[in-house]
Amino acid sequence: MLVAATSVLGAVGAGFAAVPFIASMNPSAKARAAGAPVEADVSKLEPGALLRVKWRGQPIWIVHRTPEMVANLPKNDPKLTDPASEASIQPDYCKNPTRAIKDQYFVVIGICTHLGCSPTYRPEIAPDDLGKGWLGGWFCPCHGSKFDLAGRVINGSPAPTNLVIPKYTYLTDTTILVGEDGGAA
Amino acid sequence: MSAESKSEVTGFLGWVDKRFPIMDVWNDHLAKYYAPKNMGFWSFFGSLAITVLVIQIVTGIWLAMSYKPSAADAFASVEYIMRDVDWGWLIRYMHSTGASFFFIVIYLHMFRGLMWGSYRKPRELLWMIGMVLYLAMMATAFFGYLLPWGQMSYWGAQVIVNLFAAVPNIGPDLSVWVRGDYVISDATLNRFFAFHFLLPFLIAGLVFLHIVALHRVGSSNPDGIEIKENKDENGIPRDGIPFHPYYTVKDVAGVIVFLALFAAVIFFWPDFGGIFLEPPNFQPADPLKTPAHIAPVWYFTPYYAMLRAVPPIAGSQFPGVVVMFAAILFFFFLPWLDRSPVKSIRYKGPIFRGFLAAFVVSFVVLAYLGLMPASDLYTLLARIFTIVYFAFFILMPIYSSIDKTKPVPERVTT
Repeated sequence: MLVAATSVLGAVGAGFAAVPFIASMNPSAKARAAGAPVEADVSKLEPGALLRVKWRGQPIWIVHRTPEMVANLPKNDPKLTDPASEASIQPDYCKNPTRAIKDQYFVVIGICTHLGCSPTYRPEIAPDDLGKGWLGGWFCPCHGSKFDLAGRVINGSPAPTNLVIPKYTYLTDTTILVGEDGGAA
Repeated sequence: MSAESKSEVTGFLGWVDKRFPIMDVWNDHLAKYYAPKNMGFWSFFGSLAITVLVIQIVTGIWLAMSYKPSAADAFASVEYIMRDVDWGWLIRYMHSTGASFFFIVIYLHMFRGLMWGSYRKPRELLWMIGMVLYLAMMATAFFGYLLPWGQMSYWGAQVIVNLFAAVPNIGPDLSVWVRGDYVISDATLNRFFAFHFLLPFLIAGLVFLHIVALHRVGSSNPDGIEIKENKDENGIPRDGIPFHPYYTVKDVAGVIVFLALFAAVIFFWPDFGGIFLEPPNFQPADPLKTPAHIAPVWYFTPYYAMLRAVPPIAGSQFPGVVVMFAAILFFFFLPWLDRSPVKSIRYKGPIFRGFLAAFVVSFVVLAYLGLMPASDLYTLLARIFTIVYFAFFILMPIYSSIDKTKPVPERVTT
């Protein structure tokens, strides 16, 4: 009885003693505070070009989609896992066919939803390695996931969902603030 | 005298022996530890593994004297070691080449176990301690690969840590906890360095347990015969010879040959054509850009190929992660999966030999596929060979019991 009680109490004590050690491995206050929003000026972004900015240590892509690119998006629908982005993560104001506030500027977190690589931008139409049906998008070199120009995952990719869209808002016509939307969502 | 030593020694050694059982340890584990006299080539790899462990610990401690575990300084400090520290290049190449040689030695050591049936009763625990060692080694290698803070370090760690995020429910929080940040960062590098420094000492402790267990049950041999079951009138196994001097001399010869090969790679081919040190790792880590082709170091690629081969099920990557870990976990159950009446491949029949050969081929092919970029053909091949890999384990209770066997002789053959 005494031995059992001592053992139980000892185990409880050891459990409590482990708390600071386990908790100290969580992100520090400094790391938690580092998620400040970033501004991007897209006025000089050429049509079809991609701009990378860094937010919370992650790549954020801003693509200036040409009207042709936007027009091509619905053609991908039959090949997509989640064409309407039902199971994917994005703010409500981006849960639309082009997954953007303004069709021409596509803002997305450049991290594959599979295992976190950063996919390669492949805007060209039907290159040899990606096949005839390719209408531009991203190819993840790590495990071969494919996404269209709205970051929607193409069937048969290892990635389970579409690329994640961060909160963002337009400060002016050509200035985007990534990481904050003024409570629009 | 209460604690009487079994041996008679005098002088300084006698003084020590009265206070510490130095002669007992010497006799029990070397001079009077009887090992089967027929252990051939394949018995080299245990002592070689210890050799490489020592090399890794010593070079690692010396590298730590000049290395800086911070995201801002790590890459530059490795280059500083390579260029500015006297002999730093040699110590660094010994360590990086040593990591790959460690796995070569361990894979051959494990293959020896599969051939000789070294996992069979009474060596189940010995085998399982060995598998824990293998896991600890893989963890150490993984932590260590982040330290140079190159592109492959960074993105390799990103992919592997994200495996934890695939665990249902707690996954995302778990991966944040492992990283100590929302992305691989300075905090991650710093803790990986701490673990990379700690684990080798745990490995050394496990090696001690591995040897204690080995010396309890006795060494296995290519005939799969228990030499302890046939002892002469003095209680010495008839097929045994003292480990020292016979096997110590043999193992030293093995170490010399090994070190010659090791030195040749260090001096003439330290990156081994991009396999031991991958080209993208000569660029500093860039969190915004994944290299065009990423692959883990070769010793992880069989499991990596399996991970890639499994398609997502119900929108989750978790099944692939489970398959990858199951591939390692199955080794633990080998002692109970093998139902053959004989231990060694020498007396097993064609079915077992066929399965073992298919298993080795699938391991090598998967290793190759894991190094290559993903393509439709390679994904299909990876799926086929993943099935072959698992068939070796899952079907073993069936094929090992129906397979023909040859009679095992009374005494070891040479």
